Amino acid sequence: MYTETQVIKETKEGELVINMGPQHPATHGVLHLVITLDGETIKKIEPHLGYIHRSIEKMSESLNYRQFIYVTSRMDYLSAHINNLACAMNVEKAMQIEVPKRASVIRVLMSELTRIASHELWLGAMAMDLGAFTPFFYTFRERELITDIMEETCGARLTMNYIVPGGLMYDLHPDFQQKVKAFVKQFKQKVTEFEDLVTNNVIFQARTKGVGILSREDAISYGCSGPVARASGVSCDIRKIYPYEGYDTVEFDEVLDTAGDSFARYIIRVKEMNQSIRIIEQLIDNIPEGDTQAKMKAVIKPPKGEFYTRVETARGELGVYIVSEGGMTPYRVKYRSPGFSNLSALDHMARGSKIGDLMATMGTLDLVIPDIDR
Amino acid sequence: MFLKDYISEVYTGVSSLLKGMRKTGYYFFHPKEIITEQYPDNRDTLKLAERFRGEVVMPHDENNEHACTGCTACELACPNGTIKIITKFDISPEGKKKKAIDTFVYHLELCTMCNLCIESCPSDAIVMAQNFEHSVYDRSKLTKKLNKPDSKIREGIE
Repeated sequence: MYTETQVIKETKEGELVINMGPQHPATHGVLHLVITLDGETIKKIEPHLGYIHRSIEKMSESLNYRQFIYVTSRMDYLSAHINNLACAMNVEKAMQIEVPKRASVIRVLMSELTRIASHELWLGAMAMDLGAFTPFFYTFRERELITDIMEETCGARLTMNYIVPGGLMYDLHPDFQQKVKAFVKQFKQKVTEFEDLVTNNVIFQARTKGVGILSREDAISYGCSGPVARASGVSCDIRKIYPYEGYDTVEFDEVLDTAGDSFARYIIRVKEMNQSIRIIEQLIDNIPEGDTQAKMKAVIKPPKGEFYTRVETARGELGVYIVSEGGMTPYRVKYRSPGFSNLSALDHMARGSKIGDLMATMGTLDLVIPDIDR
Repeated sequence: MFLKDYISEVYTGVSSLLKGMRKTGYYFFHPKEIITEQYPDNRDTLKLAERFRGEVVMPHDENNEHACTGCTACELACPNGTIKIITKFDISPEGKKKKAIDTFVYHLELCTMCNLCIESCPSDAIVMAQNFEHSVYDRSKLTKKLNKPDSKIREGIE
């Protein structure tokens, strides 16, 4: 943190330092950006974190291996399901447990539904940042169907806690398949609406094309992942490179673009939703019968050692690193969250551009603040 | 050439805006396709999923009996210390001492509805209820006693 005198000392003549956030409608949370401006041109951006720090990593050390998973739903709350999956996979890896086939297919289905829900919320919120108010309601209409499916099967709309070490908390709701099929049908019809409203809009294109360019080299050196890196041409989809939970048995494409600007990041996410639909269509009729829970001891005590798993969340690569001492609780838990690395590239992307363009750059980074600031 | 570019730019701009406006206009004239729910006016017809996790309750049957043995499995499973079980010793007619619950304290203000307590319960004594309107004016009202007064454990549950 800068003190007031430090800011004045470091600021050159004619430069202006403004604070964007922590309460700002476009930061979607309590992100605090200290922006140094020369007129309207951005000279420097410094993100200040810590407003929503809940010490989730430290908290996880005092909870046992069944309990700490529910906390991770509160990290990246839009892909809560995938966070839980990463932790459950880590515990299973440590205990060397094979998850039943039915459970892992349902896990993939739920992950893809979560990804679509997350991208839809992002699409609406980003369009709202750029001044289009209507798309927000259109995207939420489709997202509502997914949250209803989640509510019916998992028991909660946002913080599901459906995935537990060894499988799933309980079996699917009988209506699940029928509801997902209805959703897929509606989504395919309505996805053209987003294109009419947002993608082909001249104002939207003018505000995003060529704005916030991130080159391939920079994306790699900043450690970006997910759609942000893929828009710059970095092939980094964990589902393709290190397949988990049977992602190697389904057909889907890793969407890549080379432009690296805000519009490319937008297009990548819209195309990714279609790929997720493709995965769901392949699996929804082929859910194998069987158990949803592998046999496990009541008290989980992994052997001594270090375990690391990674998954692809809606925002990028999430890594979970657990050090076990052989006890009931982990010795150390570390989360590698995608949002933190993506945010670190913001200064580089926005430097030299106008402050109005910052909204487009930041919106397409898809920042979820509780994920950055655990 | 300049004029031609200018006119074509205006044309594509206006046409793309009209395309979007046509979509919004469609919903303006088709109010039946709008899916807004009028909460709280629709409280009577509001249907929540049966698995929805609203709060922890302990179901009692008509004889005011529950199924809780006081084994504290839920207390150990809870990540936040939401549940506190105070046990006592009942003396049966044969003169045997038997462990039973005195008070099942449930701190709703600490609960995150993670369902771990319900999973761990060996006798299915507690379930999740669908009530979600928890706001009260006094915080102490959120600390609940789940077992009803003078309730007993059901016969045959160990």
